[in-house]
Amino acid sequence: MSGDSLRIGFIPLTDAAALVVAADKGFAAKQGLSLDLVREVSWSNVRDKLNIGLFDAAHLLAPVAIASSLGIGHIKMPLLVPFVLGADGNAITVSPALHSALTLAAQGGDITDAKVSAQALARVVAERRKRGADPLTFGMTFPFSSHNYLLRFWIAAGGVDPDEDVRLVVLPPSYMVDSLSSRQVDGFCVGAPWNSVAVELGIGHILHFGSDIFAQAPEKVLAVRAAWSANRDEVLKRLVSALNDAADFINDPANLRELVTLLAAPDRIAVAPEIIERTFKGRLRIAPGETFRTDPDYMLIGRKGAARPEPADAAWLYAQMVRWNQAPWSPDLLAAAKACFRPDLYDLALGTNAKSSATAEHIRAFAGPQFDADDIAGYLAALKTAPKGRQ
Amino acid sequence: MDPALNIVIVDENPVRAAILADGLREAGYTRVTRIEETTSLLARIYSLDPDVILIDLENPSRDVLAQMFQVSRVVKRPIAMFVDQADTAAIEAAVDAGVSAYIVDGLKKERIKGILDLCISRFNAFARLTSELERAQNALSERKVIDRAKGILMKVKNVSEADAYAMLRKTAMNENKKIAEVAQSVITAAELLK
Repeated sequence: MSGDSLRIGFIPLTDAAALVVAADKGFAAKQGLSLDLVREVSWSNVRDKLNIGLFDAAHLLAPVAIASSLGIGHIKMPLLVPFVLGADGNAITVSPALHSALTLAAQGGDITDAKVSAQALARVVAERRKRGADPLTFGMTFPFSSHNYLLRFWIAAGGVDPDEDVRLVVLPPSYMVDSLSSRQVDGFCVGAPWNSVAVELGIGHILHFGSDIFAQAPEKVLAVRAAWSANRDEVLKRLVSALNDAADFINDPANLRELVTLLAAPDRIAVAPEIIERTFKGRLRIAPGETFRTDPDYMLIGRKGAARPEPADAAWLYAQMVRWNQAPWSPDLLAAAKACFRPDLYDLALGTNAKSSATAEHIRAFAGPQFDADDIAGYLAALKTAPKGRQ
Repeated sequence: MDPALNIVIVDENPVRAAILADGLREAGYTRVTRIEETTSLLARIYSLDPDVILIDLENPSRDVLAQMFQVSRVVKRPIAMFVDQADTAAIEAAVDAGVSAYIVDGLKKERIKGILDLCISRFNAFARLTSELERAQNALSERKVIDRAKGILMKVKNVSEADAYAMLRKTAMNENKKIAEVAQSVITAAELLK
């Protein structure tokens, strides 16, 4: 086995864990790979450096990999996804003021239920419009991100138009908390640890875990250029194997302390170990004081088949782009989106077979029509005609 | 060259931004504004309504600009990345230099080619300047360490300054080390023996 060296860009977030563990715990070395992980400050940088070949591979927002392959919003650069680094792991955090307003508007309903909170939001939005208040503003991390689609899906489920009735703004994750405390935004959707940081500071309430809105949604992927991968079957296979071993390590509770120490290192995620640990346990403080909520599936790294790139999930993400006018609808674009997620490369590396596809869990949304990857037009039409506020 | 172009620089580094702004003004561009604050970046940009935006790659706010590619109510004037499909050499040069350029959609690329070239050369010049400054500072602190070690040797060994320096240099050569390293050991030893 040759000692291949790969330069991989990443954003310091907990869902880069499989890359960090593969590099720092010897799983890559075991495959004859040397991983040079390069910390970046923006998704735009990660994408551009992957595009021009400064990186061999990257930790990338799943929708960015698809948008790049389709040439939407930026230069077209076909990318392939042989491994999904993480699913879910996000949360919607709102200001204490909006939290109170939602509680009041729910009229006794339980706003931890996303259907109830979505309708409460619709009432808050209507009431603000009536008294001429500014529309509510929500922060998210990138136009092509699960955070954007998650917020929009939830907002729209109550009959609110995310483009007309509220404002959605892109903010770097590290600016989210400041923007909430300075009231530039009323809420945001972001990954760990920023929701917890807002709660710790007493300026935010975690209203929903991302998995309340979309369960089993691919969040970050390992992406490589299609052209680069063409003559590198062997390297890709070894990289996927190393990431798979890393995911197994991450999911063994006996390794939690060591995992958290690895990730907290200054050149890796560089966040307090306690906060990283909470993310892996899925136990988050959701309101100032001793209010905790636990969901072991808050973030999935490799578990429940989350690492296998499912073309149906790529189709689902493409459907969100079409729904929000980021992409035109066309069968060719759909095919290109699906071709971006490569379960065959995953199976080839891990010796799994097509059977895992039949049993794979796909994205499940909390409301709206059933998704059918073979009938996206029908799905989108059903979303449009679904009775508002009662989906 | 097109002096009428309205150019915005988003850079948290004041020195580099000044170098770039000066370069643009020297080249005849008169409408150059720098944004330091990254809070409410989009609102600031809309109020300035630029034709060209230049942003450094260390700035996390680059993702905020991605929103301007979107067609939505919030975005008033769609913005595009400077480079097009065929222009990979330009994007490589820019990324290497650590800068990225955005232009108002529809603006002819030829009109800003000069701006991007200037931007790349100024960013590269700044990087060189920074590393030279670093080297100069290192040299200065090495100088200080060597002076202190010489002083210690002159006092303890009762030798001249030239002899003290010769001792340091000889030891460095024998041990295959830098003079500053040997000087640092002398200082450390003297501290221990105090």
